[in-house]
Amino acid sequence: MTLTDWTISETLARLRSREISAVELTQAYLDRISAVEPKVNAFLTVTGEQALQQAKAADSLRAQGEDRPLLGVPLGIKDVLCTEGVSTTAGSKILKGFVPPFTATSVQRLFGAGAVMLGKMNTDEFAMGSSTENSGYHVTHNPWDLKRIPGGSSGGSAAAVAARMVAGALGTDTGGSVRQPAAMCGIVGIKPSYGRVSRYGLIAFASSLDQVGAMARSVEDAALILEVMAGHDPLDSTSMNVPVPNYRAGMRSDLKGVRVGVPKEYFIEGIEAEVEASVRAAIEHLKALGAEIREVSLPHTAYGIPIYYLIAPAEASANLARFEGVRYGARIEGADMWESYKTTRGRGFGPEVKRRIMLGTYALSAGYYDAYYLKAQKGRTLIRQDFEKAFAEVDVIATPTTPRAAFLIGEKVDDPLQMYLEDVFTITVNLAGICGISLPCGKDVNQMPIGLQLLGPAFGEEKILHAAHAYEQSTDWHKRAPSL
Amino acid sequence: MTAKTTTTAYEGVIGLEIHAELETESKMFCGCAVVDSTTAAPNTYVCPICLGFPGVLPVINKRAVEFAIKVGLALNCEIATVNVFARKSYFYPDLPKGYQISQYELPLCKNGWTEIDLPDGSTKRIGIRRAHLEEDTGKSIHVGGSSLIDFNRSGVPLLEIVTEPDIRNGIEAEAFGRKLRAILQYLGVNSGDMSKGVLRMEPNISVRPVGSTEFRTRTEVKNLNSIRSVQRASDYEIERHIKVWESGGEVVQATMGWDEARQQTVLQRTKESAHDYRYFPEPDLPILNTSREWVEAIRAHLPELPDTKRDRLMKAGLSRYDASVLVADRPVADYFERVMQAGADPKKGANWIINELFARMNKAALSAERVNEQKVSPEALAGLIKLVDAGTINNNAAKKVLDAVFAEGGEPSAWVAKLGLEQTQDTSAVEAAVEKVLGANPGETDRFCAGEEKVFKFLIGQVMREGRGKFPAELANDVLTAKLNARCGKS
Repeated sequence: MTLTDWTISETLARLRSREISAVELTQAYLDRISAVEPKVNAFLTVTGEQALQQAKAADSLRAQGEDRPLLGVPLGIKDVLCTEGVSTTAGSKILKGFVPPFTATSVQRLFGAGAVMLGKMNTDEFAMGSSTENSGYHVTHNPWDLKRIPGGSSGGSAAAVAARMVAGALGTDTGGSVRQPAAMCGIVGIKPSYGRVSRYGLIAFASSLDQVGAMARSVEDAALILEVMAGHDPLDSTSMNVPVPNYRAGMRSDLKGVRVGVPKEYFIEGIEAEVEASVRAAIEHLKALGAEIREVSLPHTAYGIPIYYLIAPAEASANLARFEGVRYGARIEGADMWESYKTTRGRGFGPEVKRRIMLGTYALSAGYYDAYYLKAQKGRTLIRQDFEKAFAEVDVIATPTTPRAAFLIGEKVDDPLQMYLEDVFTITVNLAGICGISLPCGKDVNQMPIGLQLLGPAFGEEKILHAAHAYEQSTDWHKRAPSL
Repeated sequence: MTAKTTTTAYEGVIGLEIHAELETESKMFCGCAVVDSTTAAPNTYVCPICLGFPGVLPVINKRAVEFAIKVGLALNCEIATVNVFARKSYFYPDLPKGYQISQYELPLCKNGWTEIDLPDGSTKRIGIRRAHLEEDTGKSIHVGGSSLIDFNRSGVPLLEIVTEPDIRNGIEAEAFGRKLRAILQYLGVNSGDMSKGVLRMEPNISVRPVGSTEFRTRTEVKNLNSIRSVQRASDYEIERHIKVWESGGEVVQATMGWDEARQQTVLQRTKESAHDYRYFPEPDLPILNTSREWVEAIRAHLPELPDTKRDRLMKAGLSRYDASVLVADRPVADYFERVMQAGADPKKGANWIINELFARMNKAALSAERVNEQKVSPEALAGLIKLVDAGTINNNAAKKVLDAVFAEGGEPSAWVAKLGLEQTQDTSAVEAAVEKVLGANPGETDRFCAGEEKVFKFLIGQVMREGRGKFPAELANDVLTAKLNARCGKS
């Protein structure tokens, strides 16, 4: 086991005991990136020089006797999060060359806790996608099988964590973009409740759904990252002023007294056999750990995708209006102002982004608003109520994260609707504003990882982290690493 | 088609849309300072938020909400307790996010009214449909073939006020404009300076036959940089609409611009190119709750408003119209109060300001609200009035003194001495002048004696002229009457 295989907790123990320095650690990760990145393509920018500087600063702080929650820990940051002085593109050509003048609050808090940034991670353009194939720059490969997609949109973050190129990473999750790639790459990914983590500096896809999440190789690591970045931010009025618990303190190895709900609507036709088998086995495992298993119903689950594909594109159509080349990013001059707008946006955005802008513009248009956007909002309320009713009876809900394990690169690019269906189990969580975590629980016939999703009520992160931790501690799926 | 005889009388139907910047310390959704965008160096009061950078989020400025509530209360509006901001989408380079954060379905203020005073002494109530908070855009400056953008104004809090279509003509539009501007000034939320663009008024105009309740196609007029232009543009459009309808044509829904130089409206764009703004609730901002307690606390601290001040001035003896003219501009109202404080009689003070001072300011192209930029201080004006009251100078001499003070400043009493305008108390000088005038105008004297009393006016004018402003009017009057009576008796 090399030092890049360690979890963050293991790494911190060795940093604290001075067994290694942050510079040594960072250099080891940079070496690993040099060796493996050409195959995986998880990064959009590697910030080696800055990383070593941050590591050096971390070492000198430690030498002065200081300690911080992530002092010297090398992480990857999804490229939809603004980083001052470091290129931030959201995976889009329209932001080629954009260097933000400020850092996202979530990232700033990691820096404040001593984290080292190794680089900016590939993503579907503006986080719109489920395979990272929609990146305006390049495709990221799944470390478990380079012919396969890593999931998306936080595919770069997930692949890099799995490939041991970073100790952990930030992703963002609008409809499953942290949990789905975490499942497909065999790592842990948590999407916090809406309002748990500041969105300031997160390049918005769908403002009422976006959340910054943590991706790591253990539940404890994900909890640690979340603890550091969670909490109210005066710059984000939708971030809630709710105290941040010490998540790790609440983690026990048994599940006595924990009621786990299993929604019948999640075990549907079309779900891959190994996925269903693995998740059902995981649920049995939870029972063996002391959990009480109950069937619950989330009757409006099937409406999740149509509701999501009205609300998210509607918000995106406005959020992406600012990209016209006037103030920043790429500008392609046309004959006049409007031609410049059209050419810049026409060439700067990729097909999936354009498709969603069109969908959203249509849904908000005069005469269609009531039938689409407003109706979708009503449906969203029903989905939220489904979860509220379920959480009146259970503490956490256990489901598969995805219907299938990672598919082949190119397999679904021509069928956007099939691609949208990949998010069927994750999407309602964002619509309801609740929290969810994905952790590895098996392998399919192609030896690709399968994810167990645990859902909790809004601001009930400690419940899902506890259940996930207990499961993880008594299994070894999370310890397996892809051979690269 | 048979030509129809046109006997229809039309009336205008006008609703005003007002945009008032709220002069808070910082912008609506970020910490940048609100500055005078006509003087500050371009793009020096900007940040990633008001420049619409990727990843930024808005945070509501509580003071702006408070200012808006103040205006709503002063306009007798209902103040909503639940407020939802909305995104209004359209593309333009001075709109950095590609959408403006505004309010749509649930405005902060609605169903209000205010009363306007008209020149004929009548009053009229104008309904306020709604007033909502939004953010201003940047400013596009077109130079030659290219455009420059100044984002200093981007994100400045803006209150959009929409009236009911209760206004019938330019005079009423002007009266409403003055009233609203006064309210904003009294509340201390807006300077009222339309030439700087901090206050913008856009009339929506249509016409209809008198007695009808229909609403015909309307046009909107933009680029109005004074309240007077609002009046002129409104009347111009009303005339234009009437001509179109009368000639059998049809008014086309359009946005017009006001050409100040040519004093006419010009077509800017027709409805075909109108935007679909695709409003939807702003997901970056939670619902804003404005509690009853907060609103009542704001109400309790409202300053004296124009109507209250007008009533107070009426109690001091002023006519309703004079009082409403004086309170219409905060600086004028303050000026008048200082004239009163300096000991001048309120009625006389009002007359001197409205009839004399304003006339001189008007000639000097100074609008009423710039009363503090001319040289006659309130104390000087009060002093002038007192000189007349004491009989030191007569009215005509006082006007000459006012001319002098207006032109060069200084104390009225000093100017009286310098110009030698002090009235004579020497009765013999008046008698001599009367004799001279009567001697020179025997015909007029005879006509007076024959009962043609209006000739007296001519004769007294001649006498006063002889006195070069130094004869006390009453004395001259008495002497002339006595002498005339004596002559009539003789003949």
